[in-house]
Amino acid sequence: MSKKNSVTIEADNLNFRELNSRIRDSVQAGCSRITLNSVCGQRYIGLGLGTGLKITVNGVPGNDSAMFMGGASLIINGNAQDCLGNTMDSGTVVVYGHSGDILGHGMRGGQIYVRDSVGTRVGIHMKSYKQKKPVIVIGGSAGDFFGEYMAGGILIVLGINRGKQDILGRFVGTGMHGGTIYIRGQVSNFQLGKEVKVFDLDDKDHQIIEKYAAKFCVHFSVDKAAIFKQKFIKLQPYTHRPYGRLYAY
Amino acid sequence: MALKTYESEFKIVRDDSKCIACQVCVRQCANNAHIYDAEDEKVYADDSKCVNCHRCVSMCPTKALHIEHTPLQFMGTANWTSSAIRNVIKQADTGGVVLTAMGCDKKYPNYWDRILLNASQVTNPSIDPLREPMELKTIIGKKPDKLEFENKGGKVSLKTHLTPQLELSTPIMFSAMSYGSISLNAHKSLARAAFEYGIYWNTGEGGLHKDLKKYKDRTIVQVASGRFGVNSEYLNTSAAVEIKIGQGAKPGIGGHLPGEKVPEEISVTRMIPAGTDALSPAPHHDIYSIEDLKQLVYAIKEATRYTKPVFVKIAAVHNVSSIASGVVRAGADAVVIDGLLGGTGAAPAVMRDNVGIPIELAIAVVDARFRDEGIRNQASIIAAGGFRNSADVIKAIALGADAVYLGTAALVALGCHVCQKCYTGKCNWGIATQDPYLTKRLNPNIGSGRLMNLLRGWSIEIKEMLGGMGINAIESLRGNREHLRGIDLHDKERELLGIKAAGETW
Repeated sequence: MSKKNSVTIEADNLNFRELNSRIRDSVQAGCSRITLNSVCGQRYIGLGLGTGLKITVNGVPGNDSAMFMGGASLIINGNAQDCLGNTMDSGTVVVYGHSGDILGHGMRGGQIYVRDSVGTRVGIHMKSYKQKKPVIVIGGSAGDFFGEYMAGGILIVLGINRGKQDILGRFVGTGMHGGTIYIRGQVSNFQLGKEVKVFDLDDKDHQIIEKYAAKFCVHFSVDKAAIFKQKFIKLQPYTHRPYGRLYAY
Repeated sequence: MALKTYESEFKIVRDDSKCIACQVCVRQCANNAHIYDAEDEKVYADDSKCVNCHRCVSMCPTKALHIEHTPLQFMGTANWTSSAIRNVIKQADTGGVVLTAMGCDKKYPNYWDRILLNASQVTNPSIDPLREPMELKTIIGKKPDKLEFENKGGKVSLKTHLTPQLELSTPIMFSAMSYGSISLNAHKSLARAAFEYGIYWNTGEGGLHKDLKKYKDRTIVQVASGRFGVNSEYLNTSAAVEIKIGQGAKPGIGGHLPGEKVPEEISVTRMIPAGTDALSPAPHHDIYSIEDLKQLVYAIKEATRYTKPVFVKIAAVHNVSSIASGVVRAGADAVVIDGLLGGTGAAPAVMRDNVGIPIELAIAVVDARFRDEGIRNQASIIAAGGFRNSADVIKAIALGADAVYLGTAALVALGCHVCQKCYTGKCNWGIATQDPYLTKRLNPNIGSGRLMNLLRGWSIEIKEMLGGMGINAIESLRGNREHLRGIDLHDKERELLGIKAAGETW
């Protein structure tokens, strides 16, 4: 990599508009490696950016980071605020910390790995289409309304690094009509939305978890064998037409 | 308990002396209301299947057909109308929600019909638009508080940074109707007409078909709660982006395109697998406040490099003026308000007929609120919901709207007969359907021509009315409520509309 291809931007004293404009200018100038230092809540970092670009964020990126992202990879050395990966199209996000509420809202593709826990409303209305399949792997726990309205894709919750926190909140998979949620541990029935049921894993499920858990372990230097010491369960909608008998024609 | 007396709403009347059993009606009716009996060599009717869309009547070569409301009516009362009884029976049969389409079907007061326009007599001359210049050009977008210029050695230039604007040749646009709710040929007709007439059309929440990308400079792309078809490319294949919060026909509820209406082509633009339900949640789950809305407005501005105006569409509800004020403060370049009479491709009848407030009142209170707060220049007001003719449009502008959106009127121009069965997907006019046998009935060349005729006709009428008032630019009428007078209105209604009573002088 030539030195010209990489750039470091000091983000302190830059508002989101200036910072994102600097990032876009650097991409325009041919940079493929961008490091942002002292990021402190600036929104929209990585928004809409395409393949072949790696952005390393040192600090806390603001809301809607990686929104509409179209193939870039975003490495976050810190916690992320809300709405990370909103309506994300493709690419990879790795969070070395926690992530806030509404992670991966309406996400259509790409992968998000969060080392620790995430807030509420995570994975709402994720959907897959053809070769695009959004995947979120969470190391810790997740809050209420996990996978609400989910129409496609994969959510994996590993439940490590969560202290005494329950692995999931309530209303898990409410309105879910596609996709799969894998949980390393157990959830009670009262936590589940009425559209989902607990299923046992088959071989294909194991392959899927192996594949993404392996990547998680590489990102965060976690012992893969330890992860598989505990049993996973699978949540899926038991009807693809939860609203089939709703109308009087 | 088979009570299905609701089945026949209409009666198909066939004049046997004219019918030549050519079976055009049989082929034209997607509801199978006409049946050919080869043995008898006659066409019979199944009245229960008729939706009164007039396709067969229009296409019958010998004019042998006629549709009536069925003479068999429930005894009923003024309260228990036939439709009220029919709906109760229907729901007792199915346990479902009564679904309907198009706009509100209840007789609420129509304020357009209680507002009268002014004209010049003696004290100021009226203008003949056929001979004198008359400006309908409308600019949509945020206007600066003041303009600053700089003078460099005698060369004067504008110093103020102008935000992106849309330029319309007439104060009319086509409202959001998604590909899925209407056919690709309907979208092509709208896009082509908007492109050629110099206005804008709106994709609705269903993505943009690849064949329509060439009209991008006249396309408003919509982002709604389902985020169907939304990515960076989509947002940038546009002249403006509209965030849909609500819809006049069904404020507060989401959308639901059932899987059977998601064939391959629809699935490509919506970016979901064919055959799956496309659910648009009631709220955007990343917007629970004005601050959250601002976050999405600026996300879209970032995604489009601040080159496109961002609209926010809300339904006219009780607190519309406060909400609209918040929308402006969230950074929207235009607020779209969709009134009580706004249309839809599918909505529960109880929502369509009972929720929201009339657009006339909404325009008036929003415009007044913006003026009071000194933010009227910060966003344009676009009104939608049931505009039937150019008089409705010009009254809306005099109340304070910058432009209006047409949905139903545009579809009627394309052949719609307002049968309100869009949700069945069996539109015999080729508009609200994806069945290739039906959609080919709508020719985009003819359709766009008809839409342009409509725009031309209304524009001429608007010029005539403006000329009559002695005004030569639509800009001078905007929010000019002195040119309106109310008739048959309560004081409170006139107060809200900000207009004097008919008979009151300046």
